[in-house]
Amino acid sequence: MSRVEQRLTSRDALEQAIRTAASRRDPKKRTISTCGGTGCLACEATDVITAFRDELEKQGLTAEVEFRSTGCHGFCEKGPIVVVDPEETCYLQVTPKDVPEIVSQTIRAGKVIDRLLYVDPLTGAKSVRESDIPFYKNQKRIVFGPNRKIDPQRIEDYLAIGGYRALAKALFDLSPDEIVAEVKASKLRGRGGAGFPTGVKWEFTQKAPGDTKYLVVNCDEGDPGAYMDRSLMEGNPHSVIEGVLIGAVAVGSHEGYVYVRQEYPLAVKNLGIAIEQAEELGLLGKDILGSGFEFHLKVHRGAGAFVCGEETALLMSLEGRPGEPRPRPPYPAVRGLWGKPTNINNVETWANVPLIINEGSAAFASIGTETSKGTKIFSLVGKIANTGLVEVPMGIPLRDVIFKIGGGIPGGRKFKAMQTGGPSGGCLPEALLDLPVGFDELTKVGSMMGSGGMIVMDDATCMVDVARYFVDFLTEESCGKCVPCREGLRQMHRILTRITQGKGRQDDLAALEQLSETAVEASLCALGKTAPNPFLSTLRYFRDEYEAHINEKRCPALSCKALISYYIDPARCRACMICLKKCPTQAIDGGKKRIHVIDQAKCTNCGTCLEVCPAKFDAVRKLSGVPVPPPPPDDQRTIAGKANEP
Amino acid sequence: MDTQAIARIIDKYHGEPSSLIQVLLEIQADCHWLPGEALELVAERLRVPMSRIRHIATFYKAFSLVPKGRHEVHVCMGTACHVRGAPRILERLTDLTGLQPGETDLELKVTLETVNCLGCCALGPVMVVNGKTHGKLSPAAAADVMKTYE
Repeated sequence: MSRVEQRLTSRDALEQAIRTAASRRDPKKRTISTCGGTGCLACEATDVITAFRDELEKQGLTAEVEFRSTGCHGFCEKGPIVVVDPEETCYLQVTPKDVPEIVSQTIRAGKVIDRLLYVDPLTGAKSVRESDIPFYKNQKRIVFGPNRKIDPQRIEDYLAIGGYRALAKALFDLSPDEIVAEVKASKLRGRGGAGFPTGVKWEFTQKAPGDTKYLVVNCDEGDPGAYMDRSLMEGNPHSVIEGVLIGAVAVGSHEGYVYVRQEYPLAVKNLGIAIEQAEELGLLGKDILGSGFEFHLKVHRGAGAFVCGEETALLMSLEGRPGEPRPRPPYPAVRGLWGKPTNINNVETWANVPLIINEGSAAFASIGTETSKGTKIFSLVGKIANTGLVEVPMGIPLRDVIFKIGGGIPGGRKFKAMQTGGPSGGCLPEALLDLPVGFDELTKVGSMMGSGGMIVMDDATCMVDVARYFVDFLTEESCGKCVPCREGLRQMHRILTRITQGKGRQDDLAALEQLSETAVEASLCALGKTAPNPFLSTLRYFRDEYEAHINEKRCPALSCKALISYYIDPARCRACMICLKKCPTQAIDGGKKRIHVIDQAKCTNCGTCLEVCPAKFDAVRKLSGVPVPPPPPDDQRTIAGKANEP
Repeated sequence: MDTQAIARIIDKYHGEPSSLIQVLLEIQADCHWLPGEALELVAERLRVPMSRIRHIATFYKAFSLVPKGRHEVHVCMGTACHVRGAPRILERLTDLTGLQPGETDLELKVTLETVNCLGCCALGPVMVVNGKTHGKLSPAAAADVMKTYE
């Protein structure tokens, strides 16, 4: 693939480069796109990519077939993913062994390989095309969709889909005020968590006095279970850069920083390549597209601190200091990085900007609810059949996300709760599943949008333990500056741990509520202010579970280790000796043809017996809140006939 | 790590005091920890007091002030992995190695760490050993993985 090498010195030159890049993409040409996002790479997509390159070479197809290693396609559950265009044939869970067959069958002979297709777990129906798979069919992928069409390490690919056209529009057609007005009219709200109107934020920075202003991309995605920002940065870094450039024109900034976690090496790498290529083409640096406008973008790697996602902490970290938040006001828009007006937006927010400028604010605002416009990318994870990244229009009911796109709960279990908004969010019960997705809608019921993590929990998940988990996380991540957060969370964690261990006291819930109130009222930054949310929301919707733990010393989800016992059902045990051999504490008594019994005094509740008990016997049970039945008398422990067989 | 390599890193960032975190990240990546002599050199060359360097080195999780083992084990404790049983994986590994998260054994063989999310939630529960991802683990499978590293 020949590269666009010349510096683009005018809008015409950009248009020419876009036309050239697009014309090199014959829509009828066979194209293989393999997902090279971090999720798929963890399932050995690298080997699949190498296998394709080798096989195409071997079969002499490198000229006829376009091969592309792209960013994340979103359907992580079924990775590595391979899509063959123009037919859009979608193969899932591809291994290097499948590659020769794909090349000779699908590429050469035009045949579909049945066993690599998506199979609907309910109906058994197969989907050939990517867009027919229910996971994709019910999404609206306007921000995340281009990921599949571009190799993030080739700027030509971004140009081929009309990239940097919005920047040209911002530079040559619109005044800074018009850009701000357009973003305001789109009603775009920050995708990082707080949901502040982006256009208004830009206006503050634009109006702030001073010549030096900074822009910052917040890619310090710290919420566990959320990776949409990483996947955007890995898969389509130019869309973020273009968004920042448009923002720079609007607010009059000439220098920006991308704050990206060092835990995201591929995002750091692809972003670095993208910046370099944009600089080569004159899309970053001095005299961008011959307009005289200058903007420089630098990468700053975060060193691992959740609190740095908070904007004032992030700025401290950018200055090379510990990431401790400071009081606002003054807001960063007035006094930010090195005391200068600074505008910080999240990765996904920036990636939405070119879309708004290209399509117009009206088109953008036509999607969504009254107060939440556009789409949102969520990472749908946990106890869900189709784990992955999903982009949906605001206003879609949560139920559709979980069941239509997510495919429901695996393993025949029941839905219990959905946790949204990261550690500071809340857990929503089934009764709220018809709620439309939106900033205010989620806040109203005690959760929040956050950066877009959606963690699905089934009936085997204990809600008290979930609250304890999040409070534990936030206790660790508290920077320690304010007392209600540093000390209050620690006490909350102690009490919640006590409850999950069956040592809860009657006044514990009142104490937790009081500590929550103090943290909400008196903490400086959003981390402390929202830290009690996981507790408050689980208490609001799952109070019965707290009460069962405290009053009955029972864990309804059979999850809290201190409150459960393992028990072998003598009627089902076939004395196969597997659990007996695997038990790490030799707590199982039994033998050949002799029904196994767990010695409760020796058992550490590690759960190995349950895990290894063959499904056809299914003899190990978890009990909570009831006494373990006594073992059968010795004379009834011998199994007549052949052991091992039910 | 020799002083010249550290000097090269510092020069790359033009000796800017604000690049402290970036410099420390590169030293950490090269040595897998932050040796005392390296920090002294950084303090001198970047003109940053040692107190602030140690504040940074203890504030951010990416840094270690003690040497790491030959095998670095990262057990994901993210929410998705948590609800899929990550605590039991960790427990098995602490039993097996005798290490608590963050600790390294005396022979510098293994460092056991927890991370808050590796972002490959479809594979949960997950752990990464020396950069290689092991997914859909059970406690027994995690123990088996550990046995393959000498």
